[in-house]
Amino acid sequence: MAQFTLPKNSQVKKGLHWKAPADKMGESGKTRAFKVYRWNPDTGENPRIDTYDVPVERAGQMVLDALIWIKNNIDSSLTFRRSCREGVCGSCSMNIDGTNTLACTKNLDDIRGDVGVYPLPHRPVVKDLVPDLDQLYSQLASIEPWLKTDSPAPSRERYQSVEDREKLDGLWECILCFSCSTACPSYWWNGDRYLGPAILLQAYRWLADSRDEATGERLDALEDPFRLYRCHTIMNCTKTCPKGLNPAKAITEIKKMMVERRG
Amino acid sequence: MSKSTSSPSLKTARGLGSAKEGTDHWWMQRLSAIAMMILAPLMILLVITLIGEDYATAATKIGSPFWGGVAILFVCASFYHAHLGLQVVIEDYIGNHAARLATLLVLRGVLIVLGLIAALSVLRLMLA
Repeated sequence: MAQFTLPKNSQVKKGLHWKAPADKMGESGKTRAFKVYRWNPDTGENPRIDTYDVPVERAGQMVLDALIWIKNNIDSSLTFRRSCREGVCGSCSMNIDGTNTLACTKNLDDIRGDVGVYPLPHRPVVKDLVPDLDQLYSQLASIEPWLKTDSPAPSRERYQSVEDREKLDGLWECILCFSCSTACPSYWWNGDRYLGPAILLQAYRWLADSRDEATGERLDALEDPFRLYRCHTIMNCTKTCPKGLNPAKAITEIKKMMVERRG
Repeated sequence: MSKSTSSPSLKTARGLGSAKEGTDHWWMQRLSAIAMMILAPLMILLVITLIGEDYATAATKIGSPFWGGVAILFVCASFYHAHLGLQVVIEDYIGNHAARLATLLVLRGVLIVLGLIAALSVLRLMLA
């Protein structure tokens, strides 16, 4: 359901200003402001934007480096997900400088001025920068993202030609960070029924697989005004993808398959 | 935040299942758009040729088999396309099921009436 104003308990208030400890300051004494969304489920207070002054020499190269520095040196209560710190796990996806991306691959040099850091948009917040992604994981499970075959299993691995394997390029690289789905207005308004770009790209990854024998069954499950056709090629997904993938194209390929099978 | 029992699960993700439709809507929206790409320039051409002409000349021209046909096809394509497009907007922005259904029905009624008025007006000139 389209919602253009925040509910009362989600309205963001002005927060605290945290200065770097004097003994942690850099040689130049210059700091950079990180404006970070904070919400604690235990206090019952509204979310707020805290400002952290991080010495420029200590901030590191990527936004994640700075967040870890803040957590280690200024405010240990700052909560965010991270794991691989090199763009392969998808844990640290968040809204940085107005765009959904991975904190670990977002270079601080690419951001002008203060660094705004929010959780992924339009998801319930668990705490601070940690969004609740349960709905997306359930939707991923619903498209059955595994190889489905009816023919008997061969005595060795199922071969795929080089050309057929190439059809999966641009699809297998998705790390399920959900930057795309949470950037999509259609997913914001109708995410309970629309599968969204991340899940539809995964669905196409199996539709495009030369070894999968459930193509028709998969298309049947997707053929729905909401599950698939809420995509209006807004292209936010493709624009924001931190891995440079093109979910909008994958969705278009699914729509083309839908027309193709009609004759 | 404590998880409520209604937190999304495979059950809610699957919902009521696939409606097994939507392709027709999507495909017809494209086809009607292509039809209008051909018909709209012809309509503009028709209007340009009628600039400065009196009613009788205009009525005769629009009443001709070719131009009358173009006009009626244009009315059909544009009202059909408008219906398909506005339906998407309503489905996008009206979440309440009853309100959505009611708005869609009103939309359909209004467009049918307006489309009929437009098409019958042309037809009247053709049969005059």
